[in-house]
Amino acid sequence: MSDPVIRINKMNKWFGNFHVLRDIDLNVASGEKIVICGPSGSGKSTLIRCINRLEAHQEGDIEVEGVTLDGSLKNLEDIRSNVGMVFQQFNLFPHMTVLENCTLSPIWVQQKSKAEAETLARELLERVRIPDQADKYPGQLSGGQQQRVAIARALCMNPRIMLFDEPTSALDPEMIKEVLDVMVELAEEGMTMLCVTHEMGFARQVADRVIFMDEGEIVEENAPEAFFSNPENERTKLFLSQVL
Amino acid sequence: MSSFTPTTPRPAPANTVGFVGWARDNLFATKFDTALTVLAVTIILYVMKAVFGWAIIDASFSGTERTACLKEVQGACWPFIEAKFGQFIYGRYPDAERWRVDLVFAAGLIGLVPMLMPSVGHKRANMIFLLGFYPVFAFIMLTGGVLGLAAVDTTDWGGLLVTLVVAVTGIVASLPLGILLALGRRSDLPIVRALCIGFIEIFRGVPLITVLFMASVMLPLFLPDGVNFDKLVRCLIGVALFSSAYMAEVVRGGLQAMPKGQYEAAAALGLSYWKTTRLIILPQALKLVIPGIVNTFIGLFKDTTLVLIVGLFDLLGIVQLHFTDASWATPETHITGYVFAGAVFWLFCFAMSRYSIFMENHLSTDRNA
Ligand SMILES: Nc1ncnc2c1ncn2[C@@H]1O[C@H](COP(=O)(O)OP(=O)(O)OP(=O)(O)O)[C@@H](O)[C@H]1O
Ligand SMILES: [Mg+2]
Repeated sequence: MSDPVIRINKMNKWFGNFHVLRDIDLNVASGEKIVICGPSGSGKSTLIRCINRLEAHQEGDIEVEGVTLDGSLKNLEDIRSNVGMVFQQFNLFPHMTVLENCTLSPIWVQQKSKAEAETLARELLERVRIPDQADKYPGQLSGGQQQRVAIARALCMNPRIMLFDEPTSALDPEMIKEVLDVMVELAEEGMTMLCVTHEMGFARQVADRVIFMDEGEIVEENAPEAFFSNPENERTKLFLSQVL
Repeated sequence: MSSFTPTTPRPAPANTVGFVGWARDNLFATKFDTALTVLAVTIILYVMKAVFGWAIIDASFSGTERTACLKEVQGACWPFIEAKFGQFIYGRYPDAERWRVDLVFAAGLIGLVPMLMPSVGHKRANMIFLLGFYPVFAFIMLTGGVLGLAAVDTTDWGGLLVTLVVAVTGIVASLPLGILLALGRRSDLPIVRALCIGFIEIFRGVPLITVLFMASVMLPLFLPDGVNFDKLVRCLIGVALFSSAYMAEVVRGGLQAMPKGQYEAAAALGLSYWKTTRLIILPQALKLVIPGIVNTFIGLFKDTTLVLIVGLFDLLGIVQLHFTDASWATPETHITGYVFAGAVFWLFCFAMSRYSIFMENHLSTDRNA
């Protein structure tokens, strides 16, 4: 494997006394696409939220692009401008237009000029196929459109890694495809992606590796074909029989 | 396969649209509704007749002293208001200097009106005028003593002037202070949090009268000899601190209503705490609590009447003061004076209320907006 961009080593995390992540080891190479699945409460969200330190881990190391995640503010800023995140509930800023949502980070964090940020934002809105919604408010868009805005907003930071936390599970079936299409395209362009999702079709199509988590542990990881056709662990088999 | 032809639309039945339709739906839908409508209309007519009779038909409109208001059936005594109008607006502010107060009022209006209209641009310049230039201008013009302006002691200020000075200072100071207190109360830093909670709970727990009394009577006892500052200023500080404690709780309500996802999305975009607060959280939280904020402003506006107990004469205070004028002693003087003061207070409060409704609609970004 080429030099990993994310290195997680013996990482442990607790919520109070609840041991939510246990001895996580994970290396992600540049351009690699990883799909994480597992039953509800297994710690998938928590794991990817540790990567941009929305959650702080207590033991072990996380290194992103060579920067170690400790408590330091400087490191935090470096990480967050290199890692984009897309949430299940979109989390767009409802008081700002789509364009303002997208230009926020370029202007306020990366100190770009307004004109430069808007050009960039319009380019990315074009890429997620909603160039004509730029001046609307998020509340005026459909769920699928909102999630694509959220993807564009994250991409506006020009991140090298994208984290997705169940980006399609709050969407109506007919909107899932429009979001997945954008994600597939992003994957084909070589973005490093970690994606929590139960869209197994998506996993088969783009993933380099599928990771199965249960009870805060990585139970099994494999290339998608092997993972789906030939799961090794009993718990994986049980899980797959439920979702497939 | 038969093809689909849409039916031509027909107009709605006559008695379901227009005024008749509206009245049928809203006023006379059931027997009970009809009874309520008749009762309400009767009450409204009765009250209107009484008010109209008192304020216009039986009222006196001209005269220079009490004999003008001693008719057999006497309504409002408007000449009293006319004769005392200058006092009610300016207090004992010297006649020759009242143009300075007018100028301050006018400049305030010129600054405020475009600020309140979202369609007018240059908000930043406007803000600098209102919060930077205007207070200095108002201070110099009202107190004088420089630039060849005669000094006017604040003990000579009164009436609407004092009401507005106290209310505007309280309003302008309470919002930023209240926001800081509310943020402090939710801070992760235990000392900041404890201080903010302490401040808020102390000021919310005592009546404004006590705060004013402390500010005007007790505070000088704690200050070293020779250090003394104006009674009005002390009241202003008291009112500002008191109202900021209330404002803090209103704002906190808005902060608590913010979904966690908004903080997380902002953090994931690399925004710092202050940038998140300023750009993401406050604009939404404040919008959410506009009714509460305006409610606090209105409460504050009316509470300014309490400065009377420390010897400052606001509008209501000065109206009451003039009831003792023997040359205007009539049975209707009191009620006329109170109605006048009440009407002025009501006008200001109603304007604030309407403006807040306008702002809520203007800021709405919902699908139906
Ligand atoms: N802030 C928190 N405080 C305490 N416990 C938490 C917190 N966040 C999550 N947990 C708990 O940690 C466990 C893992 O949560 P997590 O959200 O990572 O699960 P998940 O695998 O993403 O599940 P889902 O598929 O339902 O999203 C759950 O049992 C959850 O209740
Ligand atoms: Mg989750």
